[in-house]
Amino acid sequence: MIHYIIRRLIYALPLLIGVNILTFVLFFVVNSPDDMARMQLGQKHVTAQAVDNWKKQRGYDLPLLWNDAGQGLETVTQTVFYQKSVGLFWFDFGISDSDKRNIGADIKQRMWPSLAVALPSLVLGLLVNITVALMMVLFRNSYLEFSGVVLCVILMSISSLFYIIGGQFLFGKLLRLVPISGYDGGFNAIKFVVLPVLIGVVSGIGSGARWYRTLFLEEVEKDYVRTARAKGLSETQTLFRHVVKNAMIPILTGVVVVLPLLFMGSLIMESFFSIPGLGSYTIDAISSQDFAIVRSMVFLGSVLYIFGLLLTDISYTLVDPRVRLS
Amino acid sequence: MSSNLSMKLAEQRVLFLVLLTLFLNLAGCDFSQLNNPYSKTEDNQAVLYSSFTERPKHLDPAVSYSANEYVFIGNIYEPPFQYHYLKRPYELEPLTAERMPAVQFLDGNGHQLSADADERLIHYTDYVIQIKPGILYQPHPALAKSDSGAYLYHHLTDVQLDGINTLNDFEQTGTRELTAEDYVYQIKRMATAKIQSPISELMKNYISGFAAFYDQSAGKSLNEISTLPLEGVVAESRYTYRIRIKGKYPQFIYWLAMPFFSPMPWEADVFYDNPRLTERNITLDWYPIGTGPFQLQENNPNRRMVMVKNPNFHDDYFPDQGEEEDRLNGLLTDAGKKLPFIEKVVFTLEKETIPTWSKFLQGYYDVSGISSDSFDQVVQFSGTGDPNLTADMQNKGIHLQKAVSSSIFYIGFNMLDATLGKNGEKSRKLRQAISIAIDYEEFISIFMNGRGIPAHGALPPGIFGYAEGKEGVNPYVYDWVDGQPRRKDIHYAQKLMKEAGYPGGVDSKTGQSLILYLDTPATSIEERPRMNWFRKQLKKLGIKLVIRGTDYNRFQQKMRAGNAQIFMWGWNADYPDPENFFFLLYGPNAKVAFGGENAGNYQNPKFDRLFRQMRNLNNNEQRYKLIQQLQDLIRHDAPWLFGLYPEDYVLHHGWYTNVKPNLMANNRLKYHKIDPVKRKENRQQWNAPIFWPLGLFLLLLIGLIVPAVIAYRKKIRLALND
Repeated sequence: MIHYIIRRLIYALPLLIGVNILTFVLFFVVNSPDDMARMQLGQKHVTAQAVDNWKKQRGYDLPLLWNDAGQGLETVTQTVFYQKSVGLFWFDFGISDSDKRNIGADIKQRMWPSLAVALPSLVLGLLVNITVALMMVLFRNSYLEFSGVVLCVILMSISSLFYIIGGQFLFGKLLRLVPISGYDGGFNAIKFVVLPVLIGVVSGIGSGARWYRTLFLEEVEKDYVRTARAKGLSETQTLFRHVVKNAMIPILTGVVVVLPLLFMGSLIMESFFSIPGLGSYTIDAISSQDFAIVRSMVFLGSVLYIFGLLLTDISYTLVDPRVRLS
Repeated sequence: MSSNLSMKLAEQRVLFLVLLTLFLNLAGCDFSQLNNPYSKTEDNQAVLYSSFTERPKHLDPAVSYSANEYVFIGNIYEPPFQYHYLKRPYELEPLTAERMPAVQFLDGNGHQLSADADERLIHYTDYVIQIKPGILYQPHPALAKSDSGAYLYHHLTDVQLDGINTLNDFEQTGTRELTAEDYVYQIKRMATAKIQSPISELMKNYISGFAAFYDQSAGKSLNEISTLPLEGVVAESRYTYRIRIKGKYPQFIYWLAMPFFSPMPWEADVFYDNPRLTERNITLDWYPIGTGPFQLQENNPNRRMVMVKNPNFHDDYFPDQGEEEDRLNGLLTDAGKKLPFIEKVVFTLEKETIPTWSKFLQGYYDVSGISSDSFDQVVQFSGTGDPNLTADMQNKGIHLQKAVSSSIFYIGFNMLDATLGKNGEKSRKLRQAISIAIDYEEFISIFMNGRGIPAHGALPPGIFGYAEGKEGVNPYVYDWVDGQPRRKDIHYAQKLMKEAGYPGGVDSKTGQSLILYLDTPATSIEERPRMNWFRKQLKKLGIKLVIRGTDYNRFQQKMRAGNAQIFMWGWNADYPDPENFFFLLYGPNAKVAFGGENAGNYQNPKFDRLFRQMRNLNNNEQRYKLIQQLQDLIRHDAPWLFGLYPEDYVLHHGWYTNVKPNLMANNRLKYHKIDPVKRKENRQQWNAPIFWPLGLFLLLLIGLIVPAVIAYRKKIRLALND
């Protein structure tokens, strides 16, 4: 397995370089370093001298991809692309273009609030969705299953924004049980994350429960389930002991891959609940033309996604002994 | 058997104890305000709670140039002068200065001239500023010294930096007296390329020696520039400094009331000049060091910014003079009392308007704006058209403050354009016709809930030269009827179109419909109704308006190249002087030719001559007359369609007092007052939690589960029987 992991990590390198090139090209097709400078310098009293000065200070006065004036390797190294990219591979994200803050420090600071909402939402959501799906399977071909499916379709059809605004209105404003928005550190965070987590779980029930129901229905028709029933196990025992275990591979496929990405946060949720997470970090950077943050976040997202896929592969071996990584 | 029993009993005992502890904990909890986002310990303190929507990017006064940043640094740093909090029109007064500066005019040989000397003879103007002795900086580690007098935290080692993540982690702080040299040092910082002050290019034109210093300081570290001389800025003594500017520029005094000209101790740059601190985001750009009423305690621009009272703040008192209505409104009740009144200010980042508004209504924010969504809930218009608070808001003790902002939003015509531009009679008539057709009264009513005043010229109310009544009406767009301005009839605009060579919107030469292009970076879906409205307005003249929505970069490029035909733009005054508006139409400031702020590239020698005469005069009768001539000229030429002056509506609770809109002052917070007792009472009254729906929900859930369980058991029984 170690060889497999090393090989996958080596495969990741060209992927990351490719993502980095793509991000660079896409960004600079839309924005030039001059545009970036003008955006950061504001609207008043911006002169050509100020623009040049801004570019020089941040290293955007170099050619973008190829430096004709350079000697030997300098043709590649004395470029914006090289100077801005090379540090990423040892996770040195540098300083942001707009507010000169250390990007690495900001990411470290902002990922915990994101995680405080995303992780409980994922775990509780998973438990609730699997339970609801199993209940529907347990009562299959009854009015309860039918009602459950209808309810799931209704829940799926409602916009996530409605859940957020409705939740804030009901629990924060009308019943006054939780703060409408805000965040605090340590255990004080609990009262602020209760509502976003609740909304995250409820808004995910529709699609999640239906998906898991499909997986479980497929399993309950298999021979081993019939055998389990034949040997006298109750329906609940069959479902909770055998069916859940065998349906784990597709569940893991969906869940493990998103685990690392939980750090990246949720844009809308964090925006409405004033959670100081990473959700809006990239979007804000794109709108303020902060290339330093954009490239860092895209790179980090790619690394986490690759890591998530690797984790998924490894998790297969844990739930299904037949799977071998080679 | 007995051991099993005793284990079970022990387990039950533990469970009982856990439940008892949980119950006691819950019983001990205060359920009166479960939705309170703040610590209960702050309930009895004079803490101001407010929100911000856009995170600040710079808190270095040499760099910051944005209203959302001035909210913070305006209350931390102190320039030598400030705007009087209550007096109108806006008036400057000393802040850290002893008195208003001595202004001396000099000829080319450095000889002093009389105060009424001919402007052409004045080569330099000296501003001699004397600051008050005994003013101290806030406690700051940059100023911390050992017993031997050595700075403790300059040139920090890695060992010293262990465990340091914020500025508050430094054990020792220190202070020192403010000196004239600190003001000089700050101006030198602005004149350094490394700092990138947004006004450095502008100041090169005014401050003597500024441009030379810019070149000399290139490549030098900030630590070195303190000893490098700047010709026009000199500290003459511990408390006196002199700024020499080129020629005569009376508006320079307003710059001296802006954070750019705040003092900066050289120790700050030495302290922060450490890459390990930069890695932790501990920089001067994020941790200010000032002499103002507040100091920054927490800087997390993604969550909240907290300012607390500066323990070293110098003596400063609430003004005892103001307008007559200030006395009636109780704004002079605290006259002569020591400032500031507020202990702490908590600004929380709120990106969405709905939660912000809800929290304001719950009493968790002391002040709020009014979003369009909630406008009808808050404001109702009386029969005379005056906005008043609704009964609900009045019952909550909420107050409404209105102020016309020192800004203008206008539609510009590119004067380089072949159809709309040039100073020809036909194009002028076309511009005037468009000015009449676009009904800004309707625009303000539909899109701004009435929060704006249609503009009749370049100057907003409150700026010297703004004329009220008939005198201030744009006669090319409005008629004066029954003591009110009334927009000219559309038929008159159509007549102008005919005279311009476009009868019914058709070019009489080519026989084709006139198509005009409006360039805008406003491309969001929310802007679409506005754009459609503009199309509809020009359709009244038979003109087809094409909206060219582009991103901001392309829009700016078009403006620089002069490729936009019609555009929307705005200007927010740097200082309350007509020069700061008319310079937007001054020929030598044309954007295409000179890269200036005259975005429409308007060129009129008469306007330029009048502007030059007006800009350096004091506010007197002669200046007023010149301003009216300038207004008449641009109303006639119509290089702008004078859109509107926006009106700010701000709500605050009854416990938040001493609030008067002052759009120029950046240090307003020191005058404001909070009554925490009244706030606590109201919050408790408004935020009692309601639990019964939760019980109802539980019952409903049980009502659903029980039949399901019964049905399941029945099914199992049937299966077993089979």
